[in-house]
Amino acid sequence: MPKYEVDEAKLRQLEEYIDSLSNKEGALIPVLYKAQEIFGYLPKDVQLFIARKLGIFAAKVYGVTTFYSYFTMQPRGKHVINICMGTACFVKGADKILEEIKKELDIKEGNMSKDGMFSVDTLRCVGACGLAPVVMVDGKVYGRVKVEDVKGILDEYRKREG
Amino acid sequence: MINSIEKLKEILVCGGTGCQASESNRVFEVLKEEVKAENLDKQVKVIMTGCFGFCEKGPIVKVMPDNVFYVEVDEASARKIVKEHVLKGRIVEEKIYKDPKTLEKIPEQSSIPFYKKQIRIALRNCGKIDPENINEYIASDGYMALAKVLKEMAPEEVIDIVKRSGLRGRGGGGFPTGLKWEATRKSKGDVKYVICNADEGDPGAFMDRSILEGDPHSVLEGMAIAGYAIGAKQGYIYVRAEYPLAIHRLKIAISQARQRGFLGENILGTSFSFDVDLKIGAGAFICGEETALINSIEGGRGEPTVKPPYPAQVGLWKKPTNINNVETFANIPPIILNGADWFSSIGTEKSKGTKVFALAGKVNNVGLVEVPMGITLREIIYDLGGGIKGGKKFKAVQTGGPSGGCIPYEYLDTPIDYESLNELGSMMGSGGMIVMDEDDCMVNIAKFYLEFSCDESCGRCTACRIGNKRMLEILNKITEGKAEMEDLETLKELAETIKDSSLCGLGQTSPNPVLSTMKFFYDEYVAHVKDKTCPAGVCTALLKYYIIPEKCVGCTACAKVCPVNVIHGEPRKVHVIDRVGCIKCGECFRTCRFGAITRK
Repeated sequence: MPKYEVDEAKLRQLEEYIDSLSNKEGALIPVLYKAQEIFGYLPKDVQLFIARKLGIFAAKVYGVTTFYSYFTMQPRGKHVINICMGTACFVKGADKILEEIKKELDIKEGNMSKDGMFSVDTLRCVGACGLAPVVMVDGKVYGRVKVEDVKGILDEYRKREG
Repeated sequence: MINSIEKLKEILVCGGTGCQASESNRVFEVLKEEVKAENLDKQVKVIMTGCFGFCEKGPIVKVMPDNVFYVEVDEASARKIVKEHVLKGRIVEEKIYKDPKTLEKIPEQSSIPFYKKQIRIALRNCGKIDPENINEYIASDGYMALAKVLKEMAPEEVIDIVKRSGLRGRGGGGFPTGLKWEATRKSKGDVKYVICNADEGDPGAFMDRSILEGDPHSVLEGMAIAGYAIGAKQGYIYVRAEYPLAIHRLKIAISQARQRGFLGENILGTSFSFDVDLKIGAGAFICGEETALINSIEGGRGEPTVKPPYPAQVGLWKKPTNINNVETFANIPPIILNGADWFSSIGTEKSKGTKVFALAGKVNNVGLVEVPMGITLREIIYDLGGGIKGGKKFKAVQTGGPSGGCIPYEYLDTPIDYESLNELGSMMGSGGMIVMDEDDCMVNIAKFYLEFSCDESCGRCTACRIGNKRMLEILNKITEGKAEMEDLETLKELAETIKDSSLCGLGQTSPNPVLSTMKFFYDEYVAHVKDKTCPAGVCTALLKYYIIPEKCVGCTACAKVCPVNVIHGEPRKVHVIDRVGCIKCGECFRTCRFGAITRK
């Protein structure tokens, strides 16, 4: 058995999920979903494991992982901030909100803050256009966000962590 | 005076994503608490429904059968609705919609200007029923069309009705639905599939999401009818991962439909069997293209393939497959029940029925509207939408998302249908409609859409992969004031080439926002290139900041925030900006409380 440099218990959990699938044809995307749910991201060894387990080329797994924006090979922060970049949010200044968050956390889009607390991403339209501009933190929607509100929102999560 | 507790009352609370983001869940809980506290459990039912559409004024609460429509309801007013309206029969005046023009208070939903011109077919149950309770769908004639089809009609008759109704694909393409069904039916093979395309990817569009959240059974029923018509036993709904609430409600709907025998083996005691499974997307706009979507369901990269063969011949797992959009399926049951003539009596000569639009951007009433085809853009934006926010001047309306274009003021009276929008260099698309005002720079908007297309290009065709990037570089040059007039020529040439040489819809339409803004707002491009100014004051690199001497009181606030110290002046005297060192960060502009700083 090849060695994987990832958490054993988590790998076992993923293995159980794959074994439980009745039909492995077309299962790659759901498996990647599960893997990201377990590991938080999709490091190289997890992709290799999935490829061997499903009997497909690692290149295919890598190809699919990098194709879809939902999948990430970067570890994520404890709290994931998503700024909606749909048109409605854009015309109402979402880009300025993004800049402020990046400035406040001193990180680039798609990255994790140094303390591991936040990572920042953009997404395409959560469909709450009536509340534009919209920021989502861990699935919670903040509507009509102003540049001045950014610090307050981040502090909410910082406080929670003490 | 309303007759209060004599009849059974229903309090409907909007549970759409928009209203939930404004805490409608909390309002729902508070209403239930209050009803319980007043011992009204037996007489009053509190129901969470799908989207009412009037997102601007959310959270929405409606009390039935009194037909009173409350807007912007919070915890306190929710308590008041129970204590005053339900208990004492007194309308809570301050939460009734007030027409901003006439200042008249309008308690009845259908009389509110936002709803007046709407005809709700696809959205017929949204905001009326509890989407998590199949009984409510059934009580609204749900699954009657499926029963009618299975017991009284041959598959060919079903296809004939859909064909005669004139229904066309609501996902954007506008292909006649009946013809698609017929082609899939005629394809040889004993295994066939029905796919519902719920990968609503256009930024600023939330029609399909609202239908899935508000009335998921109508989509399942439409799919089952399609399955019967084309001879399929299995259906898939490909839905975006970004729509967790829609996924949640679809899961509930599917399991309830299975329990009640509307999905599964031998539906309603007939020999017809049909089931539906969910496939969750993983965030790729291109997967809205049908061949890419099929590749994605099969577990691969969502790259499009050459058509023909069409999915109707060679689709999922190489079997004949019929793909329709969410809204298309939601239209099917009413067409079956009311007939083809009823449906085709609504709309224009070539575009029948209604279309759902997601009205957003700089318009007063943001929300979801369903209007008959042939209505004008002006009616939607000014009558339903209540005009432009903050009394600003209308500049353009964008339809069709990244594949569409921007339509200027001169064409606001165009009756909307598939053909008229195409003629204007835009398209129907899935129904996103973004209103832009004088503060929006059209070059910047074109750049926004092009960035989107660059991000989402799958990379297969060279023209789309590289061409769009080159176009984006030119647009960047324009917005930074570094472009020459000949760049505009190159931009146009590139756009035409990309349109002609891309395989799928994404590449073929990605230059549309640039082409349409160049067509209607060429002077803005020229201003950026020749005069190095941005007329809307958006492109920061081109802005120049000035202090208006008459307004400056010399408070020194601007000088203090200036990060490069180029604002000079003594306290209580007029300040000046030394534009040589100015980095155009705009801090002074945001800081000044006297409106003394302007930018051009």
